Amino acid sequence: MTAISLVGQQRFAFDRQRVIGTIFVMLGLVDIFVFGVYSQGDAVFTFTLTGAAVSVPNLAIAAAPVCYGLGALSIVLGSLYAGVKFTKLPQRLVAGAVTLGFVVAFLCWSDAGRIPLPFVSLMQSTMLASIPLVLGALSGCLCERSGVINIAIEGQLLLGAFAGAVIASAFGSLWLGLLTGSLAGGLLAVLLAVFTIRYMVDQIILGVVLNVFASGLTGYLYDQALVPYQTRLNSPATFTPIKIPVLGDIPILGPIFFDSTIFLYMTYAAVALVHIGLFKTRWGLRVRAVGEHPTAADTVGIRVLWTRYRNVILGGLLAGIGGASLSIGSVGSFGKDMSSGQGYIALAAMIFGRWTPLGATGAALLFGFSVACANVLGTIGCPIPSDFLLMLPYVATIVAVAGFVGKSQAPKADGKPYVKS
Amino acid sequence: MSEQDVGPEGGGTARPAQSQPAEGAGEPDPASATAAEVLSPRGSGVGTQLLNAVLEGSSAVVTILAILLAIVIGGLLIAFTSPTVLHAWSHLFSSPGNAFAKAWDVAASAYSAMFEGAIVNPHTITAAFHGGSTAAIFNPLSETAVNATPLILAGLAVALAFRAGLFNIGATGQFIGGAMIAGWIGYAVHLPMIIHVVVAVIGGFVGGAIVGAFVGDLKARTGAHEVIVTIMLNYVMEFLILFLLGLTVFRAAGSPNPISPTVLNNATLPHLAGVNLRINAGFLLALAAAAAVAWLLSRTTLGFELRTVGANQNAARAAGMSPERTWVKVMTICGGLAGLAGASVILGTDFALTPQIYGTYGIDAITVALLGRAKPGGVVLAALLYGSLNAGSVTMQAQTQIPVDIATVIQALIVLFVAAPPFVREVFHLRARRAGSDGQLLAKGWSA
Repeated sequence: MTAISLVGQQRFAFDRQRVIGTIFVMLGLVDIFVFGVYSQGDAVFTFTLTGAAVSVPNLAIAAAPVCYGLGALSIVLGSLYAGVKFTKLPQRLVAGAVTLGFVVAFLCWSDAGRIPLPFVSLMQSTMLASIPLVLGALSGCLCERSGVINIAIEGQLLLGAFAGAVIASAFGSLWLGLLTGSLAGGLLAVLLAVFTIRYMVDQIILGVVLNVFASGLTGYLYDQALVPYQTRLNSPATFTPIKIPVLGDIPILGPIFFDSTIFLYMTYAAVALVHIGLFKTRWGLRVRAVGEHPTAADTVGIRVLWTRYRNVILGGLLAGIGGASLSIGSVGSFGKDMSSGQGYIALAAMIFGRWTPLGATGAALLFGFSVACANVLGTIGCPIPSDFLLMLPYVATIVAVAGFVGKSQAPKADGKPYVKS
Repeated sequence: MSEQDVGPEGGGTARPAQSQPAEGAGEPDPASATAAEVLSPRGSGVGTQLLNAVLEGSSAVVTILAILLAIVIGGLLIAFTSPTVLHAWSHLFSSPGNAFAKAWDVAASAYSAMFEGAIVNPHTITAAFHGGSTAAIFNPLSETAVNATPLILAGLAVALAFRAGLFNIGATGQFIGGAMIAGWIGYAVHLPMIIHVVVAVIGGFVGGAIVGAFVGDLKARTGAHEVIVTIMLNYVMEFLILFLLGLTVFRAAGSPNPISPTVLNNATLPHLAGVNLRINAGFLLALAAAAAVAWLLSRTTLGFELRTVGANQNAARAAGMSPERTWVKVMTICGGLAGLAGASVILGTDFALTPQIYGTYGIDAITVALLGRAKPGGVVLAALLYGSLNAGSVTMQAQTQIPVDIATVIQALIVLFVAAPPFVREVFHLRARRAGSDGQLLAKGWSA
């Protein structure tokens, strides 16, 4: 690291804080001058699904004043952020508050004066859309914390979706489909691992190539086998939702968090396991050591290459489950290129979340929310085109890599093959 | 694509972004005949040179073996997903000959159909002697050229960025930017003959360049990694074109589908060999662009700068160059090249904007650039190979009902193997070469 590039990095750091503060202020201005000014009447949110045991009254709020208030708050917080040097925790709180305020203002505006917004089903589809994103992002965390860049999440999702659908359909067992989907993701991860670790192929290039490979292979097999034998090979059942006894009956929260398919519960478990594993155990300390400084890790006796193989494959198994959730979680069939870029959103979520499982999960939920909005808001006659809502995760990620996420956030040895000297 | 590409630039040093410059730099590449004839310590005769190249697996040999390996695997995939072959193999022990013969038949017929669709179909020659059309003979080659045109241009966009140490995954987004502006000029603006098509093509370059420049500028200013930004921009542009085609400005009058009006006749790229063959001036444009990039790389200050920045950023900075400014320039040119690819499609073959206009060109461009080892000549050859696979697979699907996606599988496998020379050497039991002599493309992480 030369002096020149250090100077450059300091400049970046200074710019970043101001840039983010400015973005927060701009979001506040949007709250006021777009959402506030153009909101007429009340926004009504319904919280009760048909057939729920406890009925929660609808919430009607005057949209415009709420937007003004939230906008003013965001502007104050944004200016503080740009001007005052915060430590990490307040930084995060401010970022969270501004984002939440923006989301609420947006929802108020999009529903003001229209038919009531079904809040619970919006959040349910958020959770559903987030499952592959969270699992994909965790796959990315596992790989990249050990020093292997994983662009192939997209391919792992796709292969998982394909294998899950075919096996579940052919053998009539959803659990077998889930297992095979996971293994298929793991198989692509094996390719990724062998070619990057053993043959030292550039990891970004290989990821892209593997995505093309997975897309070509599943597309070929789809046309060759799944189309002619649709009923036998591509008509799997889907997992039925499991309601958790007590928690599932809580109004509002119950149906959102505790009344879903096994995939959502597996996702909870995966987030917890990966977070605890990476940051609270000796295992995780070693993984991170390998990702930051493989030579040092090797010196103290950690098996660098083995750690990388294991983590990449573990990641692939997780992403494969995420893929299976696409086909046998809700849809009930495999479609050509059905992952449709979600692997890349997962990658973005991981980067947005600064290579941490919890951060990545938060980002994935946010991205899942924008996907769910695109689906749900169209039905209530929201004026914003769904294309823009679908574009949102990508724009947010560009803003994030330009503003939030510094160069220094990635593990030091991420993307660099390790040669024992 | 072996000797001539190494040509004026010598052996190892000119390769894009070597992973281990300390070991590899300065070593003459013993495999390339031109450099090796003068410098190689081993063997003197051309025959010995050739033998060494084959045994050691030079880059050309590895490329050829990679293509062979991919075709063999593709053939196995074709054979063992075919119902007739699987049926024959279920009776393997009663009639083993039949099982192997069926597998061979299916794969061979698929590949021969592919050849007929990409190079030449013998039936059209005999038909021509009996009064058929002569244009039909050249139709496969024309299709190959048409398929290769956007791949050459977009491939150059990726390859040039590689040389500057940047990984441009954003050819898709830049392609859309170019196609949108070229298409809009094509159908909405009225200009005289020739001038119209020239303006539309320039518009395509500008459209792509804007998208590319944004990436370069963002990287220069904030250090945002170009891989992330380009991936995200691809999707932003995909949704942008979807949104625009929903507006009346971009939508063909009265059309229920998201499709733009048809490009005016004045703005279409002229056919090169009669109206029956789709080959058009876009192919010449692509070849000219490749020549221009070759010239840019080897004969201009900017080319020298970008190769230096690509090889070693810190050295470039110490020598007074500004990597940041170079990134912006390079990404602008790369974006423009991908934009030209968009223009060549909208003005040459498709004639109307659709939400799927970008196809898979942007992603294929990456594999083309890798197969062409980020050299303009290599990119042209690789794009022709991919163009022939794409053109051939369409005929193959028509004749044998084998899905076109097999071409994608073969292409991905080729690049997978080309990117991993040690793997190919292991498979074919070739001698290992010295460390660092493979000149791996661009090995860097997020923080580089």
